[in-house]
Amino acid sequence: MAYKIIASQCTGCSACEPECPNVAIREKNGTFIIDPKKCTECMGHFDDPQCVAVCPVDLTCIIDNAYPRYEVPA
Amino acid sequence: MQSTTASVGIQEIKPLDQLLEKIADHKGCGTSSEGGKASCGSSGGPADMAPEVWEKVKNHPCYSEEAHHHYARMHVAVAPACNIQCNYCNRKYDCANESRPGVVSEKLTPEQASKKVLAVASAIPQMTVLGIAGPGDPLANPAKTFKTFELIAKTAPDIKLCLSTNGLALPDHVDTIKGFNVDHVTITINMVDPEVGQHIYPWIFWKNKRVTGIEAARILTERQMLGLEMLTAAGVLCKINSVMIPGINDKHLVEVNKAVKSRGAFLHNIMPLISAPEHGTVFGLNGQRGPTAQELKALQDSCEGDMNMMRHCRQCRADAVGLLGEDRSAEFTTEKIDEMSEVVYDAATRKAYQELVEAERNEKVAAKEAAMADLDVTDIKILIAVATKGQGRVNEHFGHATEFQIYEVGSAGTKFVGHRRVDLYCQGGFGEEEALPSVVNAINDCHAVFVAKIGGCPRDELKAAGIDPVDRFAHEFIEESAITYFKEYFAKVCAREIVHQVRGDADIRQGAYIAAA
Repeated sequence: MAYKIIASQCTGCSACEPECPNVAIREKNGTFIIDPKKCTECMGHFDDPQCVAVCPVDLTCIIDNAYPRYEVPA
Repeated sequence: MQSTTASVGIQEIKPLDQLLEKIADHKGCGTSSEGGKASCGSSGGPADMAPEVWEKVKNHPCYSEEAHHHYARMHVAVAPACNIQCNYCNRKYDCANESRPGVVSEKLTPEQASKKVLAVASAIPQMTVLGIAGPGDPLANPAKTFKTFELIAKTAPDIKLCLSTNGLALPDHVDTIKGFNVDHVTITINMVDPEVGQHIYPWIFWKNKRVTGIEAARILTERQMLGLEMLTAAGVLCKINSVMIPGINDKHLVEVNKAVKSRGAFLHNIMPLISAPEHGTVFGLNGQRGPTAQELKALQDSCEGDMNMMRHCRQCRADAVGLLGEDRSAEFTTEKIDEMSEVVYDAATRKAYQELVEAERNEKVAAKEAAMADLDVTDIKILIAVATKGQGRVNEHFGHATEFQIYEVGSAGTKFVGHRRVDLYCQGGFGEEEALPSVVNAINDCHAVFVAKIGGCPRDELKAAGIDPVDRFAHEFIEESAITYFKEYFAKVCAREIVHQVRGDADIRQGAYIAAA
């Protein structure tokens, strides 16, 4: 269902925020967080999750296993 | 200033050599009479360039070597996001030529940035230029960048606005840049050949995808060339920054120089790679070395026949404040700015101060010309290191210098060829013996060092290293003094009192370029 941002890795650069097609990313205490209720893993929008593609630090935007994988509504 | 290629799509960009033939030599800065060498960006004055160009650069420390002794700049860190990854940059740590949110510097909102600019402009009347240089890419943060310009243009219209970019998004924003009367844009161009570029750029973010390898470099170089052509066609002065990476693009930068010159770039700034392992960059971690001082100078010299070279760049941070080579950003933290209730912009005081600066500049030029009058013709050239706090004078103590400016002197006069960062020799009033070898290493290619004052110990050690410590030009103009020194040196060579020898190489200091004091 969602990606999450590892706060300790996040540089707070904000690159992901405007790229998110679901407007699911916002700043919180200097780093950025993804609202799991809004994240669609970019399915239906782009081939690649945008936050992962633009993030300057590898392995910072990762799948949040606490949620089931997103499925495109039928 | 017309470019027929300015509006074509990137697929239609012509091969490099065709373009070179087509538009070679008619744009950019005019060449001067002196051996065809153009020097307006690096050290020239009004004689070297068209009046309208001089008008644009004369108060811009990054576009005129001459101006950088007198005028200051500031960067506001409103643009943290970036759209490419470079192997010499690491966003995770606060690396040498980066500031990044959260560690030592703070990112600013456009409103905070605007207030900071007014506060700095009132405290430092010679601050004439506001640049947005990151810490990411200004054009990857277009809303924040242009909002900042809008606010500052309203409250402080006499401040020049400029920005620097990697060029990827540049073609999309040329009209807006022009709309805000931004006269100066810097593009970092490290290659014009994707084969070379793939070793510098691991990826770019392009059309909602992460593109890697040679394809990434190909798109980037096409966008950079298109953006440069569009800017010069629009009459914006362009400076090109290139990072010299030995073994990767050092020889190739001669090609880069030709490519940007042919597209009308005004000034080329070749900078040494900064790559200490502690910066955590790819180059830092894989042991990629930076160039030595003489390797850098040789490359700059070889490009100079084609174009104006900038040699006074301090590779400053995205939040730097002050004269190049000094950083007063600690005086203007967000906390301190927020405490100021209302900042009044004092345009009248700024104007009066800048008129004084102009008078002193004219005096300096006259003194240099007078000294030049009876120079003998010789092939001998020497390098002189100078301790200075600005105003173009020898006015810093040896022990207080955090950098030395390097001048080459010969029968053609003086030329600023660079600067060297050093560890502060004098700390708390006592000379640090350990720091002296690093100072000697940094200026080891110089014949003399000009200082306002110097202690007995370092004086003897410099002499032992073959560098002449000179304090008799204290508070005099640098260039006039250098010419006087050269005349005396040459007279001694002619009288066979001394034998002229070329000196060795020197180190470029790695590590963070952050003022310690």
